[in-house]
Parts: sequence; structure tokens; C-alpha cells
Amino acid sequence: MSETAQRSAGSLAGPGSGPGSGKGLRSLLGRGGAAFLRQREASVFIVAAVLVIYFGFISSASASFFTRLNIINVSQGTAPFAIIAIGEVLLLVCGEIDLSVGYVWVLSPFLMYFFITDYHIPVFLAIVLALICGAIIGLINGFLVVRLKVPSFIATLGTAFILNGFMLTISQAQAKNLPPEALGIGKWFGGFAWAEIIWAVVLVAIFHFVLIRTRWGLHTVATGGNLLGASEAGISVAKIKFGNFMVTSTLGAIAGILEAFRTNTIDPSAGGFTPMFYAVAAAVIGGTALAGGSGTVLGALLGMLVLAILQDGFNLLGISSNPFLIILGAAILAAMIANVYLTRLRRAGRS
Amino acid sequence: MTSDVSESSAPAAPGPVADVLRGEHISKSFGAVTALTDVNIRLAPGEVLGLIGDNGAGKSTLLKILCGFQPPDTGRILLRGEEVTLKGVDNARALGIDVVYQDLALINELSVYHNMYLNRELRRGPMLNNRKMRRLAREHLADMGVRIPSVDVEVAKLSGGQRQGIAVARSVYSDAKILLLDEPLAAMGAKEGALILGLVRDLKARGDVSVIIIAHNYAQVLEVCDRVNLLQHGEITYDKPSADTSVDELTEMVVQEYRAALEARQKGR
Repeated sequence: MSETAQRSAGSLAGPGSGPGSGKGLRSLLGRGGAAFLRQREASVFIVAAVLVIYFGFISSASASFFTRLNIINVSQGTAPFAIIAIGEVLLLVCGEIDLSVGYVWVLSPFLMYFFITDYHIPVFLAIVLALICGAIIGLINGFLVVRLKVPSFIATLGTAFILNGFMLTISQAQAKNLPPEALGIGKWFGGFAWAEIIWAVVLVAIFHFVLIRTRWGLHTVATGGNLLGASEAGISVAKIKFGNFMVTSTLGAIAGILEAFRTNTIDPSAGGFTPMFYAVAAAVIGGTALAGGSGTVLGALLGMLVLAILQDGFNLLGISSNPFLIILGAAILAAMIANVYLTRLRRAGRS
Repeated sequence: MTSDVSESSAPAAPGPVADVLRGEHISKSFGAVTALTDVNIRLAPGEVLGLIGDNGAGKSTLLKILCGFQPPDTGRILLRGEEVTLKGVDNARALGIDVVYQDLALINELSVYHNMYLNRELRRGPMLNNRKMRRLAREHLADMGVRIPSVDVEVAKLSGGQRQGIAVARSVYSDAKILLLDEPLAAMGAKEGALILGLVRDLKARGDVSVIIIAHNYAQVLEVCDRVNLLQHGEITYDKPSADTSVDELTEMVVQEYRAALEARQKGR
């Protein structure tokens, strides 16, 4: 295979830098560096690394940053949001968005609860059923957007309120304790401290692969890049959109159940719009275009990591929670601007 | 003008078995707009048919029906003498019909080789076989003489002519037996245009591929086409072998149409 083939610059080509020809460490490093910078995730990775260096080594919080407890904190502040960010990336890439996923998040553990306590369904099956309900909500979102042609921003805003109302009605707005019979299996779903981040990393790995290495991912990019052109090429754009809405809602259900087991309670005030917006912000900070046609799941995980480190780092520094949101908002903007700037540099270097 | 029409209401002779593709009594409307009223079109094996007509005459609509992108309202399509219902672009492609759209149907965000294999991706298990697609795309484009910096670049970065070359190469190398080309020369410079025309001539020499070309340059049409059809107001109003017509005659036909439309408008005032 020739040199040009190895230099995979295409967005979907992925890492393709072969071994150097052995002309010294320096050229190898240079090439490796160039190959790294060509990756879409490079800029957000650099931002995350800078934050880790600042909070871990430079700031007054450095003593507590790398403790086990704090790393678990950061991982738990990243994982559930990163899981729904996977779905938002897939949807943004194919030209849609899902505002309702945070309400699937809060609804799904209640569904699980009632399946177990009221219908006496075995715990594992109850979890599976709750996830299937999540998928059905995605199917409904897809139907509204694809068949009834309601813009996804409005369609999923509508389902968001409906889901919230439905959840408040069936739960009577009361928090529930997890059914005792669920606690054993719950260890796998967030009960164990590292469970959430393991779920997140595995899911990110799977869907990163799906997006860059499979036909589904390629068609998702094509659908968001050129809707008419994709359908002219015979791609079933409806199937792509339906599928990605269903994946997103199912991921929302997973995140909600993980959070219920982690916090040991089913809380009607969990979820909602805030985690959804965190997920969208993470996707965009990670390098996903709001306009569709390009994006990266791995970038979204890193983007969420950036947000979680910021939040954690400011906590460690002892910044009061009142002005904290100002700093967080400014930090999101700064990360975004840095990312846009670095992306431009990366593109210029590529062509 | 009407004397040139071979029985406008009945399907054109000769018999259906001789034709690789026939469209009979095809009509298509979009809401209140009638694009095609009653089209009869045929394509013989190994033939190159030029389809001309004014903007908005329905040429692209006709091609989109023949390639399976949209169904006709009425009428039927016969493939090698057998009636078929094209269930979609994939279905038509499986039956050996491929198309180059006027808008090219390229995805800007994807690399050249992913565009070349869009919706006919080569795979290894569940994975895309990028290596093989990249190699074959490079070979096919080199074969055709389409010059691009690399098959890895996003097509957004390429010129109009290069993009058109990729769209044409994609169809030509699909092993289709019937090729539908909607203005394949539109964005081409003289040199690139000659390339595509040469390619069509090569296909003709092979003898097993039939082509319908929509074009506006009548000299080019007559150069490569065996036969010319004129589409006016949603009907084929003219059907002659290229040998029996000339650029002047074709130009005159279209100008007449303009003149008639102009007079009608003036009378209306």
C-alpha cells in the first residue's frame, strides 16, 4: 500500500498512520505528532490535558486532584452525560437533535421500579423492558420527525414535556427507594463505584466504531451532509434517522438506570433538560458540527470529561456554587473557542 | 414539427423485445404542476440516446423515474421486454440501471472513495473495507483520467469538474447495463468534457451498455448519440437518428418553442 493511502486524512478514515520508515526518532515523533493533530479529537484532547495539568499540578487543588475519591467523582460526573452524548452525536451528525433524552433518563428507572414492584417482573427483565420502552420513545420521536415532518427541535421538546408529565403522574412526584431485590444486579449498573465509567467507555468504544467504521455510520454522515444526495444514492435516510433516535432514547434509559443505582434512589427531579444540554455541549466541544455531516463519539466523551474536570476543579478550589455557573459558562465558551480555533489550524495544516 | 413525431399517443415502434428499456405513457405531477403528461421513450441495446429540451421540460423528472428514485403517476416501465416496478434506486441498480444526477448526489463531508462507493460499500464482515475501496477508487479514476490530489480528500475541496468526474466514474464502474446521465458535462471544462464524451464513446464501442444523456450542447449530443429525443411540455415531440438531423434543426425546434410561448404570452396581454 502506498504512502498516500496510509495518510488517511478523510474524516471517516480514522487513524491510519503506519510505522515510520525508521529514519530516526525525531521524524517518527514529527510524523506521529502530525497524525495525531489530523485527528478530529486532537483539539479537545489538548484542552482536557491542559485542564488536568492545571488542576492536577499547578493549582492549589493539586493535592486532592489525583486522589482515588476525586477520580471517581470526575468519572461519575462524566459517564452518564457521555452516554447520552453518544446519541446526540449520532443525531447531530444525521442532522437532528433530541431534547427529550433527559426525560427518558428520569422516566426509565421509574418504569423499572413499577415493573418490579407492581407487576412482579424479575429485575433483569424489568431493566430490559425499561430499555425497550426507551427505544419505543425514540421510535415515537423518529415518527414525529421523519413521517410527520416536525422539526426535531420542536418534536422532541413536545415529547420531553409529555414524558416529564407522565413520569410525575405515575410517581406522584415522589422519590422511590430501589426495590431491595434489585440491589444485587444493581452493582453492575452503577452500584459499584467504577460501573458507570466502564459502561460509558464500552458504549463510547462501540459507537465510535459504528460511526467511523461501519456502513451505518457512513450513511449517518451522508444523511446529515446531504439529505437529498443521500436519498438519491438510495440510502434509506428514514431508517437512519429512526435508528439514531431509538439509539439515543435507549442510551437515555441506560443513563437513568445507572444513575438510579449509583445514587441509590429514584428521583423525579433527576435528569431533565440540564444533562441533555451538557451532552449537546460535550458533543459540540468534542468536535461535532451542529449543522450535521460530521462528528465524533470519542470527542464527545472527551468534551464531557472537560466539563466534568472544570466542575470538579472549581469545587476543589473552593469556589462558591453561586458564581460557579458564570465560570462554568465562560469555560464552556473558552473551550469551544479554543476548539474552533484549533480545528481551523488542523484543517489548514491538512490541505 | 409535428410530422417528426412517431405517433405521439402510441408507444414507439419497434417491438418491446428489441428494446433494453422502455417507458410507456409515463406521467408525473407534483401538486398542481404537471411535469410529464404522456411520455413514450425507448432505448435499444448498445444505443446512446440524447434527451434534449428546454429547462423545466421534465427531463430530470423522467430520468428520476427511470432510475427508480420516484415512481411515475401512471404508465409502465419495461426492462428487456418485461414490465418492472422499480421499488427504489437500490432496486433499479440491482436490475442494472445506474444514474448520474444533475446535482451529482455527492456528500461533501465524505472522502472521494467513500463517495465512489456510497451505498454500495465494500465490506469485510461488519466493517467497511476502506483499503479496497480506496485502491479501486484510485484505479477507476486514473483509468478515466480524472485528476484529483488524493482519493482521501473530502469532495468539498474539489472543483466542479472533478466532482462531476467522480459522479460519472461512480456510475460507469458500477457494471450497469443502462446508464442515465443528467447533464454529465455541465460543470466540465473543454478538456474534461472531452474526457466524458470519450468515455461514452468507449462504452458504445463495448456494445453492451445503453445510455441516455441529457445535454444542452447540441453539437456534443450529435457527436456521441445515435438518436435524439426532444422533450417538450412533458411529452417526447421529436425522435430522429442523429444522422438525419443537425445542430441547426435542433436549435430551430427549441427556438420555435420559445417563439410560440412568447406569442402566446403577448396575445394574452
